[in-house]
Amino acid sequence: MHIVLHWLDYTILLAYTGFVIGIGWMLSRYMKTSSDFLTSGRSIPTWVTGLAFISANLGALELVGMAASGAKYGIATCHFYWVGAIPAMIFLAVFMMPFYYGSKARSVPEYLKMRFDERVRALNSIAFAVMTIFASGISMNALAKLLNQLLGWNYNFALFVCSGVVLVYVLKGGLTSAIYTEVLQFFMIVLGFAPVVYLGLKDVGWWGTLMERLHIVAQNPMALNLNTTAFRADAWTSAWKPVLAGPANNPMGVDWFAMIFGLGFVLSFGYWCTNFLVVQRAMAAKNMTAARNTPLVAAVPKMLFPALVILPGMLAVALASLPDKDYRIPPPILSEATYASGIAAVKAANPADPAAAVKAVGDALGKAVDPVKITSLVAANAGGKLSDEQIHKGLYNSIAENYYDGVIISLVTRYCPTGLLGLALTALLASFMSGMAGNVTAFNTVWTYDLYQAYFAPGRTDAHYFWMGKFITVVGIILSIFAAYFASMYNNAMDIIQLVFGFVNAPLFATFLLGMFWKRCTGTGAFLGLFGGIAGSAIFHALTTTTGNVDAAGHVINVMKGGYLGVVTKFPSEMAQNFWLATVAFLACFTLTAVISLLTSRTKSDEELKGLVYSLTPKTVDHNQPLWQRPAVVGIVLLICCIILNVIFW
Amino acid sequence: MGLDIRWPIGLMFTLIGALLAVNGLITSSDTEMYERSLGININLIWGAVLLVFGVLMLLGAISGGKKNPPSA
Repeated sequence: MHIVLHWLDYTILLAYTGFVIGIGWMLSRYMKTSSDFLTSGRSIPTWVTGLAFISANLGALELVGMAASGAKYGIATCHFYWVGAIPAMIFLAVFMMPFYYGSKARSVPEYLKMRFDERVRALNSIAFAVMTIFASGISMNALAKLLNQLLGWNYNFALFVCSGVVLVYVLKGGLTSAIYTEVLQFFMIVLGFAPVVYLGLKDVGWWGTLMERLHIVAQNPMALNLNTTAFRADAWTSAWKPVLAGPANNPMGVDWFAMIFGLGFVLSFGYWCTNFLVVQRAMAAKNMTAARNTPLVAAVPKMLFPALVILPGMLAVALASLPDKDYRIPPPILSEATYASGIAAVKAANPADPAAAVKAVGDALGKAVDPVKITSLVAANAGGKLSDEQIHKGLYNSIAENYYDGVIISLVTRYCPTGLLGLALTALLASFMSGMAGNVTAFNTVWTYDLYQAYFAPGRTDAHYFWMGKFITVVGIILSIFAAYFASMYNNAMDIIQLVFGFVNAPLFATFLLGMFWKRCTGTGAFLGLFGGIAGSAIFHALTTTTGNVDAAGHVINVMKGGYLGVVTKFPSEMAQNFWLATVAFLACFTLTAVISLLTSRTKSDEELKGLVYSLTPKTVDHNQPLWQRPAVVGIVLLICCIILNVIFW
Repeated sequence: MGLDIRWPIGLMFTLIGALLAVNGLITSSDTEMYERSLGININLIWGAVLLVFGVLMLLGAISGGKKNPPSA
């Protein structure tokens, strides 16, 4: 089942690699100080930082995961863009960038130190550094596995080559190099996947047929193993109607409040407005206007990305529902040996006893199988009429489980001839590298300025920190590789780590919101409030779970999905549980921070907080800017466009 | 920074676009190869699109370079 690449595909891949390394090489002569290397010396034009902003966020996991969600949930997946990103990006541009950029902080933790104190900075920078490494490792592991399973590339080779390329260009040109290559990667991703989406649409029979097929699928998603219950006809094709109708009516299993408040406010603002990985791109802009316009430039492609990343998943579902297209959503990947024992089981099966045949084949494959398909396969093979190849294909089609992460590659291999195949795979690798470079450049800055310079070796020369920045880049990549191996060996440990990160991240926006807009907020309040929020999410998780995670006797099946201290509430889906967890964590952190701030005395005077808190900072004047460059004006226009999109796909 | 990013982007897509388009021309009679892409010679068409994009980027870099000399 492996795909064969030809010299043309490899040439495209090599050309891309050559250019990203070349960019690093060209920039290396401009790297003279630690600030050139780690913060780009604040010199980059808006359109470049804007596209880098979006590209750093568009890692391989996002690309693969959004297509997977497009298949599982349909158009409602767009909420992760239109509800879960655009409003927060606009808020960052209009309200928060003036403080980040204006304070001259070099990183988000450094802003926290200026606004509050060292404790808050230490907490934020340590959590961020650890999370970045693991996030990078998880994504590397996922990509290397995908390349291994689908292209037959060696896992270690994929891991080392990809991270080696990132290492070379980041080490040479620092943040500037990461940002510049991210722009190149942005175009690579868009231009590499666009033809696949076009061919998919054409194959399905354009938009009308797509909608028609998805209406049919929604009423019987069991046929494609997409879900265990039937939904209303518009469950895959409307963004809001199924959500407004309640959790039982949409495949995500979420209600509108959790969607808007949990995702649209807490999680989305927490990510886009406080995550240094993306904010760093805007902080590298050449001036305040450019910095504020960075997230706005990024919002335009972000708003349209669903057509590139979510649509393929929906197309896959529609294709799978058309019998003459000979396509299924890829099943979990099984080894050839497993298929061989499955083929043997089919040959040995007695067509007169279908139940036993189904069980024998299912046991041989180690997966649930579609009894109807196996019965007809066994019947068709009666007397050994089918070739091994035909039985293999029959087995592939009858596995009653989907491997959604394989959707995007299955479409690439379906439609791309040699040449275009190389382009699309290069796009996938580009998305992986842009995500990884984003992690690495954010990590090395936080380590060098917020941990090393702040606590381990203050007062050294800039040359020393410059050296440290380069050194930690190498260390960061090595640590990511370790994290990737760790992820490949201990799946459970990785799940726990991601769960804990969820707890740490959920309350973060409350701290920033109070810190930026309320001068009375104190360091102690922020510090203890953050801990309270983290504890709040952990307790919430321990007391709730999903409906499917409780067996008939009322016992919790998988403690990773919560409920280990007793089940107070059950949510219809993990997504709903997540959105509510974020909501609770935010409210806990917000309340605690506010109350403790009122009980403690201020340690920073109004004068010290100038430029850091809204009410004490002179308003940014942008009347002298042309209308189309004023963040507030552009922000409102973008918000209106976003609302129009929501209405169109209502 | 002294590097206009439009140069590498323009050069890369011009190169890849030209490669794809030429390959599309050479293989245009190979109907079996283009069965995957629904009978469309996608290499030729998409190669041409990339080529045009690359050239536009290069033109942007050239005219931008005149307005702001690289030393700025």
